[in-house]
Amino acid sequence: MTTQTAPPRHDAPPAPPRPRHRPASAQRVSRWQIYVPLGLYLLFTLVPFYWMLVFALRPRGSSSLIPWPITLENFATIWNGLGFAVFFRNSLLVGAASLVATTVIALAGGYALARYDFRGKRLFMVAMLCTQFIPGAMMLIPLFEIFRTLGLVNTLWSLVIAETVFQLPLSLILISGFIKNIPMELEEAAWVDGCTRLRAFFAVVLPMLRPALVAVGSFAFIHSWNNFLFALMFISDQEKFTVPVGLAYTLGEFSVDFGALAAGGVVAALPVVLVFAVIQRYLVQGMSAGAVKG
Amino acid sequence: MAIAQASLERRRRRRPGHRPRSPRTPYVLIAPAVVAMLGFLVYPMASVVYYSLQHYNVTQPWDNGFAGLDNFRTLLFEDPLFWQSLGFSVRWVVVEVVLQLLFGLALALIVNETFVGRAVSRALVFSPWAVSGVLTTGIWVLLYNPQTGVSRYLADLGLMEYGAAPLADPDTVFAAAVLAELWRGVPFFAILLLADLQTVSKDLYEAASVDGASRIRRFFHITLPHLKDAIILSTLLRAVWEFNNVDLLYTLTGGGPAHQTTTLPLYVAATAAQSHDFGYGSALTTAAFLILTFFSIAYLRLSKFGAR
Repeated sequence: MTTQTAPPRHDAPPAPPRPRHRPASAQRVSRWQIYVPLGLYLLFTLVPFYWMLVFALRPRGSSSLIPWPITLENFATIWNGLGFAVFFRNSLLVGAASLVATTVIALAGGYALARYDFRGKRLFMVAMLCTQFIPGAMMLIPLFEIFRTLGLVNTLWSLVIAETVFQLPLSLILISGFIKNIPMELEEAAWVDGCTRLRAFFAVVLPMLRPALVAVGSFAFIHSWNNFLFALMFISDQEKFTVPVGLAYTLGEFSVDFGALAAGGVVAALPVVLVFAVIQRYLVQGMSAGAVKG
Repeated sequence: MAIAQASLERRRRRRPGHRPRSPRTPYVLIAPAVVAMLGFLVYPMASVVYYSLQHYNVTQPWDNGFAGLDNFRTLLFEDPLFWQSLGFSVRWVVVEVVLQLLFGLALALIVNETFVGRAVSRALVFSPWAVSGVLTTGIWVLLYNPQTGVSRYLADLGLMEYGAAPLADPDTVFAAAVLAELWRGVPFFAILLLADLQTVSKDLYEAASVDGASRIRRFFHITLPHLKDAIILSTLLRAVWEFNNVDLLYTLTGGGPAHQTTTLPLYVAATAAQSHDFGYGSALTTAAFLILTFFSIAYLRLSKFGAR
């Protein structure tokens, strides 16, 4: 990544009041130049979601494209009959554990990278970039052997470890980029006031890292929630399946039950879409300050 | 950094009561990350390279042993599937990245304007970003299936023939897979490029429009140069990601029909899982890693990343 850094948003001076006239870039765009392409794209984005909702909510045998009257029988089928209740719980556990592990490890490492010079730092940075080229799918065999040696095959721990490790490089880069943007003087001021370095970190740095933490944590959760291959390869016990594996099995049935497939899809989508709705504004911020420029 | 360090030294000297930090601190802080990555990324990668030089087949243990470059020789000269899957990978990556970039850029420019309903539109058009490959497959299987899909409802209206099955037809399977991946891939570019668009100075546009520059000229002379690094980086990350990603194709087409949609990673997974030839699978992995690394370095060099 480049060394150039965007000014951090948190300590930028408050934006001056918006000028009355629109900025030049917006002046000559007529409304239909925005709404027509946007509307078409929204159609492309939303029709697939809507299709899934229709099949999940409408009664069996119906072919109406308006899911009315609503029925929850498909959800009952997958939740209890196909075991999605268990898959859902497993996915939540793995997601939460990877979120915490990734964030804590990346926070400590990111602080070291941003605030200290030490031998091996450059090597570590280069190695982190190189890991981005490692094909995750192709690490399945060696990882499987390692987990077998450690006795972790067929446990949720194997998933937590694999997710965390694959999430770490990008999280470290993002968080250290953010910490670099926080002026050192702020921390030093806290030391002068008698804070230890650790206390200064918690009192001064941590609160300012909120956008970065939200971005890193939600990346970790979403990736872990969505990951399919690790769970497919490392887990053989149906009691320990995650949601994507369960969904893939619904797909693989000889005669696909489309209602159940759609309901499973809604269950798989709901948590990430909710998380996404909350974080999407931070996401753009986090990206512009940390990932791209830092 | 140097200035910060120097003033830090001064502070420490000024306050004798302050416990001097040992130089071990950064190592302690970074240790968990290093240990995790050494153990579960570097070591497995090294073992892949090691096995690529071995005959290692679980079903034929009598042949196991040092192989030298045998596996690589097979791969280069005797395995048409390696070249076929590599060729498909390249085609897949190029088509996906180019289309995702174009649509993502257009989308970012649109939602960067000021209009009523902007916040909602942003959230909605970005939302497929968070959707997994398996779920994308689930949704598009519904959309493509001749009984449940869009084509059936269009046929009901008399707009097309019944029975179109894009995923089963060798002529349409590529386009069908591309469209599904596009659906969840475009938001990645839209989010990244929007983030960068928001850092373009408004004054530049003002000045250009005072000078009478048209919108198109402003786009090519201000916006695009500003976005250059973001575009290079995001296309690179996305290319690597699309190359390595197997979830969607594995579940949507399974690499078929007739290996038509088999990417290199899918081929590796099949080699390892079905024929249990870990030695050869490792050689394929090593080759893929080398190709990706070489491509990435060349891409960054040729595109003059970071140079303005």
